[in-house]
Amino acid sequence: MTETMISPTSVDDVSAGLREAGYLAGESTALVSFLATKLDKPVLVEGPAGVGKTELAKALARYLDRRLVRLQCYEGLDEAKAMYEWNYRKQLLRIQAESSDAGWSDVQEDIFGEEFLLPRPLMTAIASELPVVLLIDEIDKTDQEFEAMLLELLSEFQISIPELGRIDARTQPVVILTSNNTRELTEALKRRCLYLWLDYPELEHELEIVRLHSPGLQESVARKLVEIVGQIRELDLKKPPSIAESIDWARALLLLGANEIDAEMFRQTMSVIVKHRTDLDTVAARIGVKLEAAADARPAA
Amino acid sequence: MPAPPPDDRRVTPPGARLYAQIPDRIPGGFDGQLISFAEELRSEHVAIGTSELLDAFSALTHISWTSQPDFKEALAATLAKSPEDRRVFELVFERFFFRAAEAEAARQQIKEGPATSHAAQGDLDLEELRRQIAAALSDGDEATLRDLARLAIAAFGRGEGSGVLGVDVQRIRRALGLRTEPQPALPDDDPRRDGVPREQLRRFEQHLRRELERDMIERTQSLPPKRALSELDRSLPSGPIQDLAAVHRVVAQLKRRLATQGTELRGRKRHAHVDVRRTMRASLQSGGVPIELKYRPQRPRRPEIFVLCDVSTSVTSASTFFLSVLHALHDSFRKLRSFVFIERISEVTDVFERERDFKAASEAVSRDAGVADISGYTDYGRVWTEFLSTIEDELHPRATVIVLGDARTNGRPPRDDVFAQITARAGRTFWLNPEPRLYWNYGDSVIAAYAEHCQAFECWRTDQLEDFVKALAQPIVAR
Repeated sequence: MTETMISPTSVDDVSAGLREAGYLAGESTALVSFLATKLDKPVLVEGPAGVGKTELAKALARYLDRRLVRLQCYEGLDEAKAMYEWNYRKQLLRIQAESSDAGWSDVQEDIFGEEFLLPRPLMTAIASELPVVLLIDEIDKTDQEFEAMLLELLSEFQISIPELGRIDARTQPVVILTSNNTRELTEALKRRCLYLWLDYPELEHELEIVRLHSPGLQESVARKLVEIVGQIRELDLKKPPSIAESIDWARALLLLGANEIDAEMFRQTMSVIVKHRTDLDTVAARIGVKLEAAADARPAA
Repeated sequence: MPAPPPDDRRVTPPGARLYAQIPDRIPGGFDGQLISFAEELRSEHVAIGTSELLDAFSALTHISWTSQPDFKEALAATLAKSPEDRRVFELVFERFFFRAAEAEAARQQIKEGPATSHAAQGDLDLEELRRQIAAALSDGDEATLRDLARLAIAAFGRGEGSGVLGVDVQRIRRALGLRTEPQPALPDDDPRRDGVPREQLRRFEQHLRRELERDMIERTQSLPPKRALSELDRSLPSGPIQDLAAVHRVVAQLKRRLATQGTELRGRKRHAHVDVRRTMRASLQSGGVPIELKYRPQRPRRPEIFVLCDVSTSVTSASTFFLSVLHALHDSFRKLRSFVFIERISEVTDVFERERDFKAASEAVSRDAGVADISGYTDYGRVWTEFLSTIEDELHPRATVIVLGDARTNGRPPRDDVFAQITARAGRTFWLNPEPRLYWNYGDSVIAAYAEHCQAFECWRTDQLEDFVKALAQPIVAR
């Protein structure tokens, strides 16, 4: 290995490194990331949609200068798609190409070799020469059987293939599992992980994030934007705006050259942050009116 | 209301004999402390395995112990693995380390000096103190708040301590004139004029409580007995004080969990029939060899549900809450009809289909249902008769009837014979009682008479409700 691996020595290191990678980590986020690199334990990140769970894994990969291997989970995901698969077609071809005098045992040994194995994300991650960051996204979408299958990988970093034996990790990956908490994960899985709960950030923290991603936006506009987003999250919506949507909105405002968020501007750009028909009505009724009232009050004052 | 069953905690008069002596130091130094911390978490139903404890120890070797947030986060990341556990963790962490530090201070005879003696009342400008505290609340850090809490105790808590912390805290808060509602009588520049935000007030009260407790420990040289976290921390919304947003979160959570649960069940039972068409198609990939079998999904039969909820004052919020949960989940049921009752019954299915909002729904129910006749007291006998005549034709062995109520008849005949008729016709009958099991069959509660004919559940915490709804949403296996 020629390049030196980045290995953080303190929580502040991680915090600064993530910031450089374009991710402003909260206190606990930085700490848990630091522990993950030190203890070689997977991290289970839970929280509402759009608070930067997936982004954390990406930023960690950038900061640690490692490749990101991503496994997107969905219902019905099985080991053939997550770990490895035998390349049937190639095996068939191999058997057909075999001359008839070759013995059965030769062929059998032959077609279950690594040559006929198609590695899927989990296998790729642990077989990689250089250490990687493995992101197992939305683990709560899979069924419990799949979770059970992950246990061996998460605690021992190895995969057992019946025909081939055990494959051990060559390098230790940093593993991030994310979950939207739509279903209770099993105790066994949780026990093997460090736990991190990500929530919508505090006002100041989100302001910083927005400013990092759209530095051109005026300070006052950015602050107002974050305040409005905070108010919208208080409402009972089908889908509250996420951090990513705050950033999108900031960029939209920047493009439009907005100097202020008034009722008119809000109405025009609202669809960037609110994405349901019924939600749009609610937000227009609650927040839009408030902005108008504020605009009316100002000339009078 | 009947006399509540005796509660040891409440009847014991406050006084020195309540206080245990300072306990001996836990053996094993810091490791011992951490293990007993884990023990305390376990006693609050946070499941902590030995492997997690080992993780906690190894995590602590990598961070600096002098920073309290880091120390706490490292422990939380390894020990508390769900948002609920995390909340319990915060409370226990606070309690455990406060007590550990105080016990150690007492053992080593370190004192801060009693807060109640060193400032005579005349020395302090009370009005100025009031203003300072209110100002510090909005922008002060923890240390300032703590100092001000000590000052406040010195100024207002002198001598007349009642011995009950909660009472003292509220008395001092009132003396300081801190209120959440606006006080227009105050001058313009006073920060209290627009009312103090609830969150800040709660923080200050916490400081007050802690300082009072510290004071008490120093005076009596003993630690108060450790109290289990109140079950109420996890209880269902029982009144308007409860945070509506919290209710919404619970409902949203339940909804998502249940929405995924059905498919999960389907997944487990999918080994039913081979879907020949899809298998053939998949076999094309491998040259006609059916390597991969495709199965036909099995669709579970969804239950039909009749809900009957008591909305008399004692249980009204629990009922409305339960109904809005069920209606939020109406896709999981084949049919859902809901009724509310006090003296008579009234159907409210429409209200809940129309209103997504918990608050609006509960207002609509109390306004339109018209279920209270004269007295406003529940009349179960009449309710059963009316209910039976309304839906008699629709009840069949696959129907589920759920009753939510406290089974308090106010002395009227329970008519459990009519109730028995209902349960005989329906397939399953559940009774949800929003009172803790401890209070069942005290006074005019006749739950035992009804429980003979149905399954009765205690249901006054969100997790109990969640368990019940889960069981309910499970498809009925054809009998």
